[in-house]
Amino acid sequence: MGFLDIKNVTKSYGAVEVLHRVDISVQEGEFLVLVGPSGCGKSTLLNMIAGLEGISSGTISIDERVMNGVHPSKRNIAMVFQSYALYPNMTVGQNMTFGLEMHGVPKPEREAALKDVAKLLQIENLLDRKPGQLSGGQRQRVAMGRALVRQPDVFLFDEPLSNLDAKLRVDMRTEIKKLHDKLKTTIVYVTHDQIEAMTLSTRIAVMYQGYVQQLGTPKEIYDTPANVYVATFMGSPAMNVLPVRVVMRDGVPHAAVRAQDGAEQYLRFSQSNLAAWDGREILLGVRPEAITDPDGADRNSANIVPLSNRIGVTEPAGADTFVTMELGGRDVIARMRADANVVSGQDFTFAVNMEKAVAFDPASEERIAP
Amino acid sequence: MAVADQDTAVRTGLVTRVFIYGILLVFAAFYLLPLFVMLTNSLKPLPEITGGNMMALPDTWTFEPWRQAWSSAQIGVEPTGLKPYFMNSILMVVPAVAISTMIGALNGYVLTKWSFRGDKIIFGLLLFSCFIPFQIVLIPMASVLGKLGMAGSIPGLVLVHVVYGIGFSTLYYRNYYAVFPTELVRAAMIDGAGFFRIFWRILLPVSGPITVVCVIWQFTNIWNDFLFGASFGGQTQPMTVALNNLVQSSTGVKEYNVHFAGAILAALPTLLVYIVAGRYFVRGLMAGSVKG
Repeated sequence: MGFLDIKNVTKSYGAVEVLHRVDISVQEGEFLVLVGPSGCGKSTLLNMIAGLEGISSGTISIDERVMNGVHPSKRNIAMVFQSYALYPNMTVGQNMTFGLEMHGVPKPEREAALKDVAKLLQIENLLDRKPGQLSGGQRQRVAMGRALVRQPDVFLFDEPLSNLDAKLRVDMRTEIKKLHDKLKTTIVYVTHDQIEAMTLSTRIAVMYQGYVQQLGTPKEIYDTPANVYVATFMGSPAMNVLPVRVVMRDGVPHAAVRAQDGAEQYLRFSQSNLAAWDGREILLGVRPEAITDPDGADRNSANIVPLSNRIGVTEPAGADTFVTMELGGRDVIARMRADANVVSGQDFTFAVNMEKAVAFDPASEERIAP
Repeated sequence: MAVADQDTAVRTGLVTRVFIYGILLVFAAFYLLPLFVMLTNSLKPLPEITGGNMMALPDTWTFEPWRQAWSSAQIGVEPTGLKPYFMNSILMVVPAVAISTMIGALNGYVLTKWSFRGDKIIFGLLLFSCFIPFQIVLIPMASVLGKLGMAGSIPGLVLVHVVYGIGFSTLYYRNYYAVFPTELVRAAMIDGAGFFRIFWRILLPVSGPITVVCVIWQFTNIWNDFLFGASFGGQTQPMTVALNNLVQSSTGVKEYNVHFAGAILAALPTLLVYIVAGRYFVRGLMAGSVKG
């Protein structure tokens, strides 16, 4: 039993079901990120937690109190909206205390709470301004301040950073993380940005087409994605997924894959359970950072496999150099050290960290190993 | 390129501008002519009008026609002047405008922020009322007012005008609130504000421009209405009907100077509303048409 319990929740508009049997249990103080592409149902789920949308079936409870049909203001939640949704006719101070005023909190207490939060967010000098006079980052702070003042059980964030420019977004991301470390409030955070999801969360729910594809810690999601969708959605550049044939050599399963010159090469799997797939095709998933030059390979890995192939395009990105090659008929991206000696068009011996490899069933696209 | 454009603009400027301003001045004078005639003639004694030039300025200036029109001219059978009818009009217009604007704002709020099944149909039906000619509803309206016991009274007239005004005021507010961000309403809901509190504290404070549009529109229409006033006014007829009775009296001398003064008196309130609020009028009409 968690603090915020989403049990068997579905959402339908007429005959169309847009959310299918969602089960998520969030512990107190957790930072849950709902991530997915537009239209995956993540905002709908958030609005259902907030009480802004009805629940078609199932239950949502906060602190063991069932919230179905409870008015948003009675759930003790606070929400930060994508557009900030600051009341344009009120000052920053009035914006932040409006909720307290509506809940009948006496003025001295409101002022005290406002002062505390304003100090925490360093917006004390903005309290008399109108939202129209603030910059994007300041509005963002005020919107968070308005949520903080209420001291809610659960914070709901609906893509709060997507209206900010790139640099400010990174700064505010860090601030939100710091804030969570300090306050330890339960947070549900919606975003389509997988980097935000990875950096902020204690757990991630990857959503797609109204289903929760996988629920887990950032590391679980990244290292052992439940299916091909999660594997390619999380991580940038995306995980390489290519069809390979499983062959047994010396009693150990290997992935047989054709390089650009047509010669078959064998990559030894670390997972012995793939022996059951002997002779069959599977999908091999390898993250770009698991394909490097031999010197850049992970020294802690017990299974670094060499792979000879021709270098396609090289893309120096400052911190890393990305190398594209053709493998198994697909374009495969490798992530090298910035100063790796790679020249496009040349043959090269890559080092593949097969310990980090993931295998998927080609029919269901579900993970079969590890 | 920009410099060349400016040069051309300056050169063509002089000639075309003189031309444009000339034309504008001619038309302005043309449109001001009736007001000029009314004003000058309302300030002349009657013999000067009947004996002389309509366009000439008065030889002897007098406010007597204005005094007569206001307080002693023969309206129908009573020598009361327009004063009591002016009051009737005020007592009718103010509540009618206030109530229809208020209901329109609430309708707009509900139709955009609390949408329900069939709200589009309801809005469409409300819009219908903008296109119904007054004459069609005269007889059913008379019977309704009779049944309500409001026939021939100011509250009856207020009711008629409110019913007729709701269509337009709803249209104005609905379109204005349609572009108002719904997230603000949701934020207020989470903050714990109820239906009326959201309306009062969040939406109304930013509804200034559209309220001005609505008030001007309703005020002019209701003040200028003659048909409903003549049909349902009874003993409490509005200004427009009284003016008609003053001007159309078929016996005795036609006191043109008094008629002119009366007509100006009848037009004065709408003129005032336009001058005071007109600045916001265009702004409100344009509001929401462009993302600002």
